[in-house]
Amino acid sequence: MNYHVYIATERKEAILDPQGKATHHALGSLGMQEVADVRIGKFIRLAVNADSKEKAQAIAEESSRKLLANPIMETFRVVDIKEVSAK
Amino acid sequence: MRTRIIVFPGSNCDHDAMHAVKDVANNPDTEFVWHKEESIGKAVDLVILPGGFSYGDYLRTGAIARFSPVMKDVIRFANDGGTVIGICNGFQVLCESGLLPGVLIRNEALKFRCKWVNLRSENTDTRFTNSLLPGEVIKVPIAHGEGLYMADQEVIENLEGNKQIIFRYSTETGEILPEANPNGSINNIAGIINKEGNVLGMMPHPERACEAILGSADGLKVFSSLKRHFEFAREAKEVL
Repeated sequence: MNYHVYIATERKEAILDPQGKATHHALGSLGMQEVADVRIGKFIRLAVNADSKEKAQAIAEESSRKLLANPIMETFRVVDIKEVSAK
Repeated sequence: MRTRIIVFPGSNCDHDAMHAVKDVANNPDTEFVWHKEESIGKAVDLVILPGGFSYGDYLRTGAIARFSPVMKDVIRFANDGGTVIGICNGFQVLCESGLLPGVLIRNEALKFRCKWVNLRSENTDTRFTNSLLPGEVIKVPIAHGEGLYMADQEVIENLEGNKQIIFRYSTETGEILPEANPNGSINNIAGIINKEGNVLGMMPHPERACEAILGSADGLKVFSSLKRHFEFAREAKEVL
């Protein structure tokens, strides 16, 4: 089976995010005063071949732990898994 | 001093390191090792991970270079006590490899900083700094966008307690002040060693400050410290 697994990585709260801070500042300049804060992370899509949805999730989690996220400064979570037809 | 300089796709300070170590510090046995090699070779004294933008800094700085074939042997070499120095991007690779604690993130001011800085020598009882005087201030350049060193409180306390912080950004007279900190690094940290003392990572570029004509020859003291260390080790081996 083929799956698309979507992973989001985020900086831990304690970690400074200058990029988010600068973007927040720019939104303020645009008059979007309601936006109280901005944090910028990454959104990653893996195309995974696996026997089941659970296995696809496990593979994505292992990939995240080993490479996609740096546990010192980031957290990750699998946000969606979709079954897709083989190409 | 038999030195190997690892070349990743995107390394751009490899030739600076070669010139500094081979020509200026006079170590004829200095060679490049392409990242696809599986071995750094035998009887190596020093491995240098040079500055640059390995793999275009994709994902995170240093994150992909860590998985280059040659890195397995570099990690083995370091774990066996071999001497490794990572400069700038090389420091980022060492952190991603787990050979040094912590992480380097985007500069606090969001700007790429390319300028001369002053570093205060914090621990001169190491193989990398034995030619420096305690507290000596050296002038070397930095050139990085992601050099803010950070780690959790416990790691920082351990680094401080074990004297693993080798260089701090300082004023010309050696004061550790926020205005001397070019990137927002915790405690003005510019360079650290591992607990065993055989792996050094630093954001500033000593290899670019080895000749007075380039603005400063202070960086040479790092390489002459290492040379002295290995020559002494060889003499001691012959005598004992």
